[in-house]
Amino acid sequence: MQYAILCYHDENVVCAWSKEEDDAVMAKLAVVHERLARQGKLGPVVRLLPTTAATTLRKDRDPPLVIDGPFAETKEQLLGFYVVDCGSLDEVLEIARELGAANPGGAYEIRPIGVFKPGSASA
Amino acid sequence: MTDVSWIDAVLTSARAQAVAALLRYFRDLDMAEEAFQEACLRALKSWPKNGPPRDAAAWLIMVGKNAAIDTVRRQRREGPLPPEELISDLSDAEASTVERIDAADYRDDILRLLFVCCHPDLPATQQIALALRIVSGLSTRQIARAFLVSDDAMEQRITRAKARVAKANVPFEAPSAVDRSERLAAVAAMLYLLFNEGYTAGIAEAGSRAALCDEAIRLCRLLLRLFPTEPEIMALTALLLLQHARTRARFDSAGSVVLLEEQDRQLWDRNLIAEGLALIDKAVRHRRPGPYQIQAAIAALHARAQRPQDTDWGEIDLLYGALERMQPSPVVTLNRAVAAAKAHGATAGLEMIEPLAGKLDGYFYFHGARGAFLLELGRREEARVAFNRAIALANTPAEAAHIRQQLDRLASPLA
Repeated sequence: MQYAILCYHDENVVCAWSKEEDDAVMAKLAVVHERLARQGKLGPVVRLLPTTAATTLRKDRDPPLVIDGPFAETKEQLLGFYVVDCGSLDEVLEIARELGAANPGGAYEIRPIGVFKPGSASA
Repeated sequence: MTDVSWIDAVLTSARAQAVAALLRYFRDLDMAEEAFQEACLRALKSWPKNGPPRDAAAWLIMVGKNAAIDTVRRQRREGPLPPEELISDLSDAEASTVERIDAADYRDDILRLLFVCCHPDLPATQQIALALRIVSGLSTRQIARAFLVSDDAMEQRITRAKARVAKANVPFEAPSAVDRSERLAAVAAMLYLLFNEGYTAGIAEAGSRAALCDEAIRLCRLLLRLFPTEPEIMALTALLLLQHARTRARFDSAGSVVLLEEQDRQLWDRNLIAEGLALIDKAVRHRRPGPYQIQAAIAALHARAQRPQDTDWGEIDLLYGALERMQPSPVVTLNRAVAAAKAHGATAGLEMIEPLAGKLDGYFYFHGARGAFLLELGRREEARVAFNRAIALANTPAEAAHIRQQLDRLASPLA
């Protein structure tokens, strides 16, 4: 069985970490990552950039609405996510619109990725 | 991280909101600051035992407010009464402290706190010092070190700035839309100054000053969270991120400045660049270009170029042209000339800056750029004169060292 572990934290606090503090946390995590990778248990690992860089596509209306900032509603739940490789925000929004046309309702929150490790766990 | 450092990070992240709300209650910077200090002391005692509160800022506001009220009550018993307007706000404080701070209040509180630091009467250096003291909570000693002045001198500078702000009567009611956008522009300018204060430091001071760049970025992100649809705030954040991304490549092992074109682009911070590019993309979608957006677009073109020769200098020339129309200034024209020289040759650059000679005669970069154009055109004697003039005007040892390199190149016969 595959599981996703979603990481939540107070962004204001994490953004207030110094470079050294951030590096120290990442180094400690890397130790755990390495062991999990050796055991073949680690799939993709992603660290998202701050929510200030986020854009949200509301696809519960036609045409969908592009909103600055992260997805802020609490009455909808996180059901899945995509990782796409694009040259610009406009290109991601194009993809999101296409996906949204196939599956209207709800929203897509678009977040640039800082760290991406593809991982080695067998799919 | 040790126990104390997580508390530090929480206090740092809650500080702006807490001090801003306390300033709204007490309408006095010193009182707000002291109340917050007291709340921090109590947090250091209570949080390791009880764990962090769910909403750290609300906890600090409540505790800080109560502590300050106690102090006022004690003083009232011991000495002459404080002015009535200082305490008139406090009677219903107990009841309202528990209520969560309204999102709009919170936004205007923080904007006000940042805005009182950039009162137009304050010279730029006082604005930044005050913001670092009040908003960021740096100690006077830390700020003094960053500005390379004595602790006493910095203490005086901050005290004078506070006195001016107190006299300035910043209004405390909710600002109108126009006021709000004016405040936002003033705060953005101050944050850019703060960033540049760190960015223009040489390698020797880079340690104590790099923190200023980090702090400017942190405050920009904070502002952007409060005003998520303002393209100029997105763009300013992008601009700072894209410039800061080059930090590790900006100095060589001897501490000399490495020009953009000569930097090892492998050393650029890809995360900061990704964040900056995402933000400039967001800003552009609004189709409301502003000065920060154009500058960020220029920085983005540099960041997107894998190698210096991939840089789209023609586009940069056009963007500086747009900036020139929006904010005419000889310095912008000088920057445009550098791009024009890359795109169309040194003659184009030289022609563009010749009319600026009068206005920019005392400006380091003018003579540096002029020297470089002349050198490229083989006018070596004139180049030497220009470089010597630049050295005399250098603001930092790093700038002087860079020009000296150019002079060395002139001195070697194969230059």
